[in-house]
Amino acid sequence: MTSLDILAAAVLNGLMSGAVYALIAVGLTLVYGVLHIINFAHGAILSAAMFAAYLAFQAGVDPYVAMVPLALIFFGLGYGLQRLVIGPASHGDDRNILLITLGLSIVIENLLLAVFNSDTRTVDVAYGFSTLDLGFTFLALPRAAAFGVSCLVAVLLWILLAQTDTGKAIRAVAKEKLGASLAGIDVAHIYAVTFGLGAACLAIAACLLLPTYYVHPRVGNAYVLVAFTIVVLGGMGSIPGAIAGGLFVGVVESLSGLMFGESLGQLGIFVIFILVLLIRPTGLFGAKA
Amino acid sequence: MTAPLLRVSNASKRFGGLLAVDNASLIVKAGGITGLIGPNGAGKTTLFSLISGFEPPTSGSIVFDEAEISGLSPHRRASLGIARTFQIVQPFAGLSVRENIAVGAYLHCRRRDEALDRAAVIAERVGLASRLDAPAAGLTVSARKRLELARALATRPRLLLLDEVLAGLNPSEVRDIIPVIKAFVADGITILMVEHVMQAVMSLCDHVYVLAEGRMIAEGTPAEVTREPKVIEAYLGPGAAARIASGAASHG
Amino acid sequence: MSVARAYGAIAIAALLLALLPVMVQSNTVINALVTAMIIALAAQGWNLLAGYGGQFSFGHAAFFGAGAYGNAILQTRYGINAYAAMLTATAIGAAVGAVIGYLSFRSGLRGSYFALITLAFAEVFRIIANATPFTGGAAGTLIKLQVSAANFQFASRAIYFWIILAIVTAVMFLMRGIERSRFGAYLVAVRENEDAAAALGVDTLDVKLKAIMLSAAMTALAGAFYVQYFLFVDSSIAFGTWISVEALLGPIIGGLGTVFGPLLGALALHFLGELAKAVAGRVLGIDLALFGILLVLIIAFARDGLQGLLTRLARLWRARRPA
Ligand SMILES: Nc1ncnc2c1ncn2[C@@H]1O[C@H](COP(=O)(O)OP(=O)(O)OP(=O)(O)O)[C@@H](O)[C@H]1O
Ligand SMILES: [Mg+2]
Repeated sequence: MTSLDILAAAVLNGLMSGAVYALIAVGLTLVYGVLHIINFAHGAILSAAMFAAYLAFQAGVDPYVAMVPLALIFFGLGYGLQRLVIGPASHGDDRNILLITLGLSIVIENLLLAVFNSDTRTVDVAYGFSTLDLGFTFLALPRAAAFGVSCLVAVLLWILLAQTDTGKAIRAVAKEKLGASLAGIDVAHIYAVTFGLGAACLAIAACLLLPTYYVHPRVGNAYVLVAFTIVVLGGMGSIPGAIAGGLFVGVVESLSGLMFGESLGQLGIFVIFILVLLIRPTGLFGAKA
Repeated sequence: MTAPLLRVSNASKRFGGLLAVDNASLIVKAGGITGLIGPNGAGKTTLFSLISGFEPPTSGSIVFDEAEISGLSPHRRASLGIARTFQIVQPFAGLSVRENIAVGAYLHCRRRDEALDRAAVIAERVGLASRLDAPAAGLTVSARKRLELARALATRPRLLLLDEVLAGLNPSEVRDIIPVIKAFVADGITILMVEHVMQAVMSLCDHVYVLAEGRMIAEGTPAEVTREPKVIEAYLGPGAAARIASGAASHG
Repeated sequence: MSVARAYGAIAIAALLLALLPVMVQSNTVINALVTAMIIALAAQGWNLLAGYGGQFSFGHAAFFGAGAYGNAILQTRYGINAYAAMLTATAIGAAVGAVIGYLSFRSGLRGSYFALITLAFAEVFRIIANATPFTGGAAGTLIKLQVSAANFQFASRAIYFWIILAIVTAVMFLMRGIERSRFGAYLVAVRENEDAAAALGVDTLDVKLKAIMLSAAMTALAGAFYVQYFLFVDSSIAFGTWISVEALLGPIIGGLGTVFGPLLGALALHFLGELAKAVAGRVLGIDLALFGILLVLIIAFARDGLQGLLTRLARLWRARRPA
C-alpha cells in the first residue's frame, strides 16, 4: 500500500464512523432546534439503546433486524420521557431542563451499571469481520452498512420534516412556539414527538454500532461529547450542519488518530469543540439559554 | 449657551439587512423632559440601546456631558449617570422589591444597610412602599413599571431614559404615575422619554423628536410636531396629511 | 435576619458536627464524614458560582483536579511543604478558574453553553493528566506516607475531620458575608437578569470573574485536601465527572443559593448513599441512580431543596404551637 492509499483509507474510515456520529448528532440537534434545550441525557439514552440491542442479540435477534422495532420502542420511550418527566418537571425553566436531563443521565447510566456491571461486552456476529475489497483498501462490511443506513435515515428524516403534517408542525414549533400554539398545534405533543425522534435516531445508531463496538454503561458518553462538538460545529439546531459536521469530525478524528495516536486524537476533538464555542459564537447566541 | 447634556450625532445601527437607526441626531438639554416618539418599529428602543451602551452604534457619535461615550460599556455609562428603563420590564424576579432597588442603590454606596435604607426611601417616592418585601415576580404590571423607575432612580442618574413606562397602564394609573415623573425633574434629573401615550407627551415634554423608519423626521414643541404633515403621514400612511387637511377644510 | 442569627446558626451547626467524632469512634463513619465534608467544600464552590451567580458549571472537576494535582505534584516533585502546597494548589485552582471564566464569559457563553464548555475543559484536563508523565500518567501520583503534623498527616482521622470542618465553617461564614455584601447583591442580580444588572451599573463580567475565581479556589482546596487525606490521585479521581456531579447535587438537593444548602445536601447524600447500600447491598451505581432520581424530584417538586423544606416545616411547627 502506498502512503496515499493509507491516507485514502483513513479518510474513508473517517467517513464511515462520521456517518454514525452524524446520526447521533442529528438527534441532538433536532431536539435543540425544536425544544431549545441541550439534552444531557443523550449519551445515557445511547448507552441504554446499545444494551437493548445487546439483549436482543442475546435473544437471537440480529442487530440489523432489531433496528426498526428498537427505533419504534425508543421513539415511545423518548416521547414518554419528554411528555411525562422533562416537560412537567422543568416548569418551563431552561436551567431546570439542564439539571433534569443531567439527572436523567445519572439515573439511566447508573441503573445500567447496577443491572449489567461495568463489564465491557461485545457481540459476535457472523459478518463481523467481512470486508469489501475496494482495491486500495478493505472496508469492514458493518461499517459500510452503518454508513448506508445513516444516510438513509437522514433522507427519511428530511422527508418526514419536509413533507408530512407532523414534520411541518415540528418546523413551525421550532420557528415560533407561541405562533404555532395559537395556530392550534399541540406544542407539548410536538416536543415529545421531537424528543422521541431523537431517541429513535439513537436506537438506530446503537444497532449500527453494536457489531463493531463494545457495550458498557458509559459507552454513550464518548459518543455524545463528540456529538456535542458536531452540533456546535454545524450550528446548533441545523440538521444539514450536523450531517456535514459529523462527516468532518469523523475524518478529522481518523486522520489525527493516524498521525498522533488514539488518545490524543480524542483530545483534538475537545480542543476543536472549545475553540468553536469560544471563537465562533455567531449562531450560538440565537437562542441564549 | 451651555453645552447639551446629551448629543447624539448621525448615529446609525444596522441589524443585518435592516437599518434600524439611520443617521439620527438629537440633543437633550439639561433639565426638563425631552420626548422621542414614532410609529412601532421606528427604532426608538434601538436608539436608547445605543445611548445606554447595550448595542454598539454602526456609526455616529454619542456625547454625554461633553465626553464621547460610544465606546463605553453599559455599566460605565450607568456610573456616569445614564440610567434606563426597559420597555419590556426586566425585574430581578427572585428578589424582593427592596432588594431590586438596592442593586441600583449600591452604585453609590458600599454598605448594605445604607443601600437597603435608600431603597426604602425610593420605594416610597414611586409609591411602592407597601410592597417593599413582596417578591418582584408577583407584582402587577403597574407596580413593575414603578419598580423599573425606582431601580433606575436609585442609581442617582443625571439622564434618565424612559422607554414606554406608561404603556400597558390604564388611564387612572397613568394619572397617578405622571406626578412621580414630574417630581424627578424637580429633583434636577433630565429625562428623555419614549412614549406612545400622546396626552402624556403633550403635557410632559418641552421638546419632541420624531423618529420614523430609523430617521429623525421632525422636532419641535409637541404642538409643532403634531401639526407636521410628515409626522402625520409617518403614523397614518402616505396621503393622510392631505386627507386630514382637506377634511378639515370641508368641515371648517 | 439579625447579624447574630445570620452567623450564629453556622457556629451552632459547626459545634454540633464537631462533637460527632467524640460520640462515634468508628473509622468507617469518620471516613464517610470526612469525604462528605470534602464534597461539601467543593459544593460550596459550585454553589457560589451557580446557586448565587446563576452560571451552571458541569465541570467543577477542572478546579478540584487542579487543586488535587497541584498539591500532589508540588509535594512529590518539588519537595514543597504540605501546608504551602495546599495553599498554592488553591491559588492554582483560582487561576484555572480565571482562565476558563475569562475565555467563556468574554465570549458571552451562558446557560447550556457554559455548562458544555466547563465539561469539555474538565475532559481535556483528564485526558492530558492521564497521558503525561508529569502527572504520573495513568498510574497517578502517590504522596509518601510520613505521619507528622508538619506534613499535614495525622494518625487520627478525627483530626482530618475537625480541620475540614473548620475550613467548611470558615467558608460558610465567608458565604454569609458575601450574601450581605454589595458583591453578593450584584452576583444575585447577574443571576436574575444580566441586562438589568448592567443597566444599574453592575460590571457583569467582573462580577462573574470574581465569582468563578473564588468558586474555583474553594473547590480546588477541596481537591487539595482530598489528596492530603487519601495521599493518592489519578486522572479519573481528580478530573472525573463524579466530582462535577457531586459538587452540584449537594447544593441542589440541600438548597440552591443558600449557605447551608451544600452542607445539608452533601450530608444527606452520603447518608442516603449508605442507606441505599445497606438496603440494596453493594450494587454498583445504585446510590448514584437514587441521587439522580432525587435530583429530578427536587427540581420538579421542591425547587428550594432541603433547606426550603426545613424552613417550611419550621414555619408550620411555629404556626401550630399555641401562642
Ligand atoms: N437585536 C435586534 N436584531 C435584529 N433586529 C432588531 C433588533 N432590535 C430591533 N430590531 C429591529 O429594529 C427595528 C426597530 O426596532 P425598535 O425596537 O428600536 O423599534 P421601536 O421604535 O422601539 O418600536 P416599538 O414602538 O414597537 O417599541 C425593528 O424592525 C426591529 O425588528
Ligand atoms: Mg420600543
